[in-house]
Amino acid sequence: MTETVIHPAIDNRPAAFTQAEIGWTPWLQPLSEEDLTDRHWAGLVDASRSKSPYFMLLARDPEILEARTKTDKDIFYNTKAGLPRAERELSAAAASRFNGCIFCASVHSRFASHHSKRTGDVQKLLDDGTDADLGSRRWNAVTKVSVALTETPSTFGETDIEHLRSEGLDDLEIADVIHGAAFFNWANRLMLSLGEPTPAA
Amino acid sequence: MTLPTADIIDRLADIRPGSFVDRVRTERPETRTNAQKSYLALFEPAQDGDVSRTERFIVAAFVTGLHGADAAEEFYTAGIGGNASLIAAVKSEIEAGRTSGPYGKYPSGPLSSEDKPGPVFTVSDPGRKILGHKLSAALEHAHLLVYRPREASPEALQALLDAGWTTTAVVTLSQIVAFLAFQVRVVTGLAALSAAGEGTLASATAAE
Repeated sequence: MTETVIHPAIDNRPAAFTQAEIGWTPWLQPLSEEDLTDRHWAGLVDASRSKSPYFMLLARDPEILEARTKTDKDIFYNTKAGLPRAERELSAAAASRFNGCIFCASVHSRFASHHSKRTGDVQKLLDDGTDADLGSRRWNAVTKVSVALTETPSTFGETDIEHLRSEGLDDLEIADVIHGAAFFNWANRLMLSLGEPTPAA
Repeated sequence: MTLPTADIIDRLADIRPGSFVDRVRTERPETRTNAQKSYLALFEPAQDGDVSRTERFIVAAFVTGLHGADAAEEFYTAGIGGNASLIAAVKSEIEAGRTSGPYGKYPSGPLSSEDKPGPVFTVSDPGRKILGHKLSAALEHAHLLVYRPREASPEALQALLDAGWTTTAVVTLSQIVAFLAFQVRVVTGLAALSAAGEGTLASATAAE
């Protein structure tokens, strides 16, 4: 039998970029806790993620979910040297703003503000887009190269490496920018295509 | 016993053992390991589940081809197997589908001024004869995800279900396209870093 999608009824669908805590609801049926085997729990990585409809939907293919989550955590949370947390979040927010993922941009702009205390500069990225002046050459550089990498086909090249070096980034910091923006080309496509944002509670 | 598949990002970006980019990747061991495990989960799964091995590689060849990622396209095309007419059909759909993204419409409202129109891809009639209805639906959805992800909709997912994919298969197909959007960009980024030559590295190891 052919399966059917979910058409959520949402009042006041988020239609603009925001740093507020908005929600997300799926278009396909997530698993329920009764469905979960050891394989699914391993895929969720953190048991608390069984409360998230997004992760419970992705748990339908648990092996890729587990590898995805561990990739994500290391790129953003392994703070052993490399790019400051705020700028990793900036690369994620810039990719999300450019691809048009309102949900992802809300989470990672909020994290960028939290770690940098530059809420106003982050808001300029959301309001005016990825060409906005974000208040420092270094942030403008991180944003510009994240966008170049996000374009399809990617326009990222050696000049982008030189641009980051001119702002003082070392090779690991450059690799962190690359991975932060690249990872959000993965995350944006899942969040945008498997469900949609819901208004702040 | 077959040998484990070598690190695919190293292979596609031509990162040699002991090179400075190799050393940079070593600083993020979990990223490197799990990017590889992601590849294995999608392309060498323990069980094929609701998407066959051939279907996985066909979608991957199409997605990497749309990205203009030549080495990756060649790699995933080789995984399709020996069916020459199938490979030619995928190649021809790649040529027809190539454009520049991201584009598409936002939900109507303040962002509508940023709407950027662009093509909606459909598989050609000759392509559909060879690929079949189910795979054609997968390629059309893959094109949407590659270039205009902000135009995704429940209707687009329903088209996949109507073509015979299960809900779990739609999750796997979505992961394949989305993961490749990541893998191709890591390869592009690290290859550019490699080409630019070694800069500075204030590594955690060196600092200890």
